[in-house]
Amino acid sequence: MQVELTVNGEQRSDDVEPRLLLVHYLREVCGLRAANIGCDTTSCGACTVLLNGESVKSCTVLAAQATGQDVVTAEGLAPAGELHPVQAAFRAEHGLQCGFCTPGMVMAAVSLLKENPSPTEEQVREGLEGNLCRCTGYHNIVRAVLAASGQAEVTA
Amino acid sequence: MIPAPFDYVAADSAEHAIDLLARHGDDAKVLAGGHSLLPMMKLRLAAPEVLIDIARVSDLAGISVDGDELVIGATTRHADLVSSELVRADAPLLAHAASLVGDPQIRHRGTIGGSLAHADPAADLPMALVALGGSVELTGASGTRRVAADDFFAGFFETALEPGELLTAVRVPRRPGIAWGYQKFVRRANDWAIVGAAAIDGRIALANMGSVPLRARAAEQALADGASATEASELAAEGTSPGEDIHADRAFRQHLARVLTRRALEHIS
Repeated sequence: MQVELTVNGEQRSDDVEPRLLLVHYLREVCGLRAANIGCDTTSCGACTVLLNGESVKSCTVLAAQATGQDVVTAEGLAPAGELHPVQAAFRAEHGLQCGFCTPGMVMAAVSLLKENPSPTEEQVREGLEGNLCRCTGYHNIVRAVLAASGQAEVTA
Repeated sequence: MIPAPFDYVAADSAEHAIDLLARHGDDAKVLAGGHSLLPMMKLRLAAPEVLIDIARVSDLAGISVDGDELVIGATTRHADLVSSELVRADAPLLAHAASLVGDPQIRHRGTIGGSLAHADPAADLPMALVALGGSVELTGASGTRRVAADDFFAGFFETALEPGELLTAVRVPRRPGIAWGYQKFVRRANDWAIVGAAAIDGRIALANMGSVPLRARAAEQALADGASATEASELAAEGTSPGEDIHADRAFRQHLARVLTRRALEHIS
């Protein structure tokens, strides 16, 4: 079947199997490897991307369901060579260790800040409950999101 | 994990979806947010031959007022219930329940109709609908019928939906300003309830205490007879026979039902 959608601002039309998951479409058809496949069971959030500006887990969305819609991956957050404010805050606050969860964390944080531009620390923690970091780097991740919202001093 | 192959059809109206259901029968499943169905298909617990996508049918989404009820379209997402001024004002228990489903990503995709039709006895929205005394509209080729929440959940992941019927809307009584209580016991973030309890207006519903979301009728009767929250909640597990799993055995679930019911009722008083 044909899917027509926008990925990182680019209008695309691709012939796909109906059962193709959005994360596989992004990684294998579009060549965008930021969204990682972690648990593959809607738990870990490593595959989080924006669908019409809202965070979704792309392991649990069919490419077919994204027809006519707007998808953004971590690659599309900022122009090449630049960092989105959330990405810059993750770097400044050491909001990552191994980096596997990071693209999903960043996309979840972007969606969270869009819905709630000035979250409390508790709201950040709750807002990221769908993303797991097995390096247990949550403190710095939460600080990075607060810094990106302009509410905490960037320490670097 | 990759689902078994299937054909995908996007319905352009509720009638179209019902036509497609009639044509494909048991080979078809309805897809909305897909957050219960797709995980089952990836695990090959479900392998429908046809998916009928109703997510883009605009007349199946949205929240409106009809007299003393809220009418919520089946494809209204959990995130929309959480942010809806109407739901927050007239059925705050439902907005709260929706805010506890999964995590933000799941709430951006999952729908009220999908959650109710999936009928997981541990899920938030089925318990909320039973507590609220709401109902669902089921539409098939011969028209629409209304089924009360108490009659809709027929068994473990089983509902009163007949083959060829589509859950098109959900109705809940409007109760602005009425106190309610909602308790959900979990061990992990974004999980299903090990046990849940929801109470409003003399009704008490329990999650994960049986094959369907249950009414705690003995406790409700005690409340009606003037018992205190503490006294009534002692009866909350009466007649239940909950399942056992790694999280809780039967006796612990019954203990949780009593404690959570008490906390829900204390929140009201």
